[in-house]
Amino acid sequence: MKPNDKISLDEIFKDLDKYTPRRHGWTWRKPVPGQIFDNQKYSDTSASLKNYVPLPAAKYFGNIDPQPIQVITTEIASGRFEDDIRRMRMAAWHGADHIMVIRTAGQSHFDGLIEGTPQGIGGVPISRKQIRAQRKALDMIEDEVGRPINYHSYVSGVAGPDIAVMFAEEGVNGAHQDPQYNVLYRNINMVRSFVDAAESKKIMAGADMLQIDGAHNANATAMVAWKVMPELMVQHAINSLFSVKSGMKKENIALSTVPPTAVPAPDLKVNLPYAVALRDFFEGYRFRAQMNTKYMESSTREATVTHVLNMMISKLTSADIQSTITPDEGRNVPWHMFNVEACDTAKQALVGMDGLKEMVEIKKDGILPAKVRELKERAVLFFEELLAEGGYFEAVQKGFFIDSGIYPERNGDGISRNLNGGVGADTVYERDKDYFAPVPSHFGYNNVSQYNLSSNDNPAVLIGGSTFENREKIQYIDELDNEDNVYIRMGETAKYRDSSMIKPEVEWLGDGVVVIDLTLPCGSDYAKAAGIEIAKRMNLSDAEVIHTEILHPAEATRIQVKGTVNFDIDLLTLTLPKKPDLLTDQEIRDYVSLHPLTIVAGTVGEDEHSVGLREIIDIKHGGIEKYGIKCIYLGTSVPIAKLVDAAIETKADAILLSTIISHDDIHYRNMKKANDYAIEKGVRDKIIMIAGGTQVVPDTAIKQGMDQGFSRGTKGQDVASYLVKRHKELIKK
Amino acid sequence: MDKKTIRPDDYESRSIHLKKLTDDELKNYFWTLAEKAVDPLINLAQKNTSPAIERSVLLRMGFSSIEAKAIVEKTIQNQLMGKGAGHVVYRYSQIKNIGIRDAGLELMKDSGWSLVSESFGVKKS
Repeated sequence: MKPNDKISLDEIFKDLDKYTPRRHGWTWRKPVPGQIFDNQKYSDTSASLKNYVPLPAAKYFGNIDPQPIQVITTEIASGRFEDDIRRMRMAAWHGADHIMVIRTAGQSHFDGLIEGTPQGIGGVPISRKQIRAQRKALDMIEDEVGRPINYHSYVSGVAGPDIAVMFAEEGVNGAHQDPQYNVLYRNINMVRSFVDAAESKKIMAGADMLQIDGAHNANATAMVAWKVMPELMVQHAINSLFSVKSGMKKENIALSTVPPTAVPAPDLKVNLPYAVALRDFFEGYRFRAQMNTKYMESSTREATVTHVLNMMISKLTSADIQSTITPDEGRNVPWHMFNVEACDTAKQALVGMDGLKEMVEIKKDGILPAKVRELKERAVLFFEELLAEGGYFEAVQKGFFIDSGIYPERNGDGISRNLNGGVGADTVYERDKDYFAPVPSHFGYNNVSQYNLSSNDNPAVLIGGSTFENREKIQYIDELDNEDNVYIRMGETAKYRDSSMIKPEVEWLGDGVVVIDLTLPCGSDYAKAAGIEIAKRMNLSDAEVIHTEILHPAEATRIQVKGTVNFDIDLLTLTLPKKPDLLTDQEIRDYVSLHPLTIVAGTVGEDEHSVGLREIIDIKHGGIEKYGIKCIYLGTSVPIAKLVDAAIETKADAILLSTIISHDDIHYRNMKKANDYAIEKGVRDKIIMIAGGTQVVPDTAIKQGMDQGFSRGTKGQDVASYLVKRHKELIKK
Repeated sequence: MDKKTIRPDDYESRSIHLKKLTDDELKNYFWTLAEKAVDPLINLAQKNTSPAIERSVLLRMGFSSIEAKAIVEKTIQNQLMGKGAGHVVYRYSQIKNIGIRDAGLELMKDSGWSLVSESFGVKKS
């Protein structure tokens, strides 16, 4: 796969029935302490990528892209796994190495494996074909970025063991597994859930998969999220210990931890003691730091700040995996760009806090340890009462969990489940004395001795090996539904894949969805109605307000409206602006040594901006001085006449006029003034005049009499290259 | 369903007995309690099986998800879950001296169940 080519779905679907995963098990990043990038030494970074998209500011730092030591998760599941593959590639280039696929609504209650590739709702129907296709795609993507990518989904519901086997066979690297999730949030019978869970965990252990628990859901479900902290520790302990006793290694068990509260609450004061308490009690286990979802509204800015604060807790304590929540999750199933933004936010925050613990440490006295101790005691008290009431099942029946009180406070609003109720009730069967299963990774009683095997033998020797030893035994099903499958969907969007036609998109190829961002001078009710009307007049269909922000109750409201465009763009009909033909550094230097050049530069008008111009001039920023061009810098707020007079006095070849303030087109008026003054002085044809600034449109600058204009993103080389070319032309004349 | 418990926060009085514990002792106590909560659950899992577990056994034996589901349903109907659905298939392959997949597919078509039940000494009630 080449970076400039799109990933080929045809290639992925080819010979999928013969696909073999290249590895099993989880891969952590490899920390490389003391790495140096752009003259800075980093403490907590890992091996770099071969191909990546760095943070926007990286262009000022030699395009470096330091990678944190934490595995970075992104959750991708739009309902169409084929489009998700493209998003996985985007996320990997932005630093994700843990791709988590959310399941379609209702899969938890599906008694068996889903086969084929039906479209999902709020997630993807997880099937063998879908898993193979995505794992195969990730093989290609990980080769491209040069770092292993962990693939992850869910082993839960009433078909947990079935799914665990399929994941083990197909090289899935990690999964959520927590019977409490079934019980509390999916109302699946609790006896069935725990019996199934031990088998699922044993299978996952055999495939060296990483397990993440489901405790974070309590935070998102609870009425008062921070009050579930003691209970969360109990939930983590139940699943962790149950997993160890099912055969999992401690280092393959990750707690899904969430900072439970968010600003305007005093975020760190509540969340940090909880994070410390967890890491004390759960030493030896892994930590997957999830971000707060409970208080996410439609503001992507607010969510991003919450998540950055969450990552400060990760840095102050620890996180083996840093999960990212897309900042749009409060308003829709995540869109491409928000997955990418979330990965960038994680990378930016974690790298930004590089070496934090070498400089600050968590205090061992004061409010923090007192709070830590209190949380731990509350968790212990929870366990004491749980046991006094007769154990886990009794406690669930009595509504101990997800109560809105901070335990031992109880408000009587917890989730209660009946021992004999829920989906899959009365479906557990006691194993007889001669119970037997001729397969490996099987949990619990298995009478192998009746067939003259010892407990150390793999019982599958009796059947010539299981699918775990003998892949050819796997029965691959391609599609079951002729109407609802990937080929039908791809047929409908074929023109966007096979031709030069494009359409805007947010999640699916050709979905046509766009967002318009409006500031309207009225209150929010009118703004929302006006937003819809504006979208209609812009010919957008299915217009919907997705975000409202009051700038002032009477003065203005900001509205974001999504809608769908109903036209395609043919790339072949577009004319691209010509890219500037730049001289090389050497060519510029050679010319300047033969034809010494002098320039006079300054920011004109009442304008105190200096950074941009200094970057164009200064040798340390790669400015034009480095080519041997003599630069006379007059500073900021330089009168036009002074600038031109200075050029005349010093016999300069060019004037670099910087102008940032653009209010009322003052920047263009100053250009015209400078041009007129130079004409008046009789020097215009001898001096090259160049204007630059963030709001300068080159063509407009030329219309005001400048030789050339330069806008945002201009570098010294651009200006020097132009100077040399223009100087050549003037000499010829 | 039990009556809902409503209780004010009595942490201060309820936690008096924990104050004498060091942080390490508290942590050990937490895990001792966790073990007491988890052991009965693990014990339950050791002694029991379920349709999903038996399907997962059959998947590992080389059956498709559709076949596994059908065989387990018939195992339940024939009251042989206590033996294990994989065991049923294995036993039938031994009785008939045929391969595992052939045995499973025959059972799927409803043949052979009485032979299997007989070999396990199970009479259909």
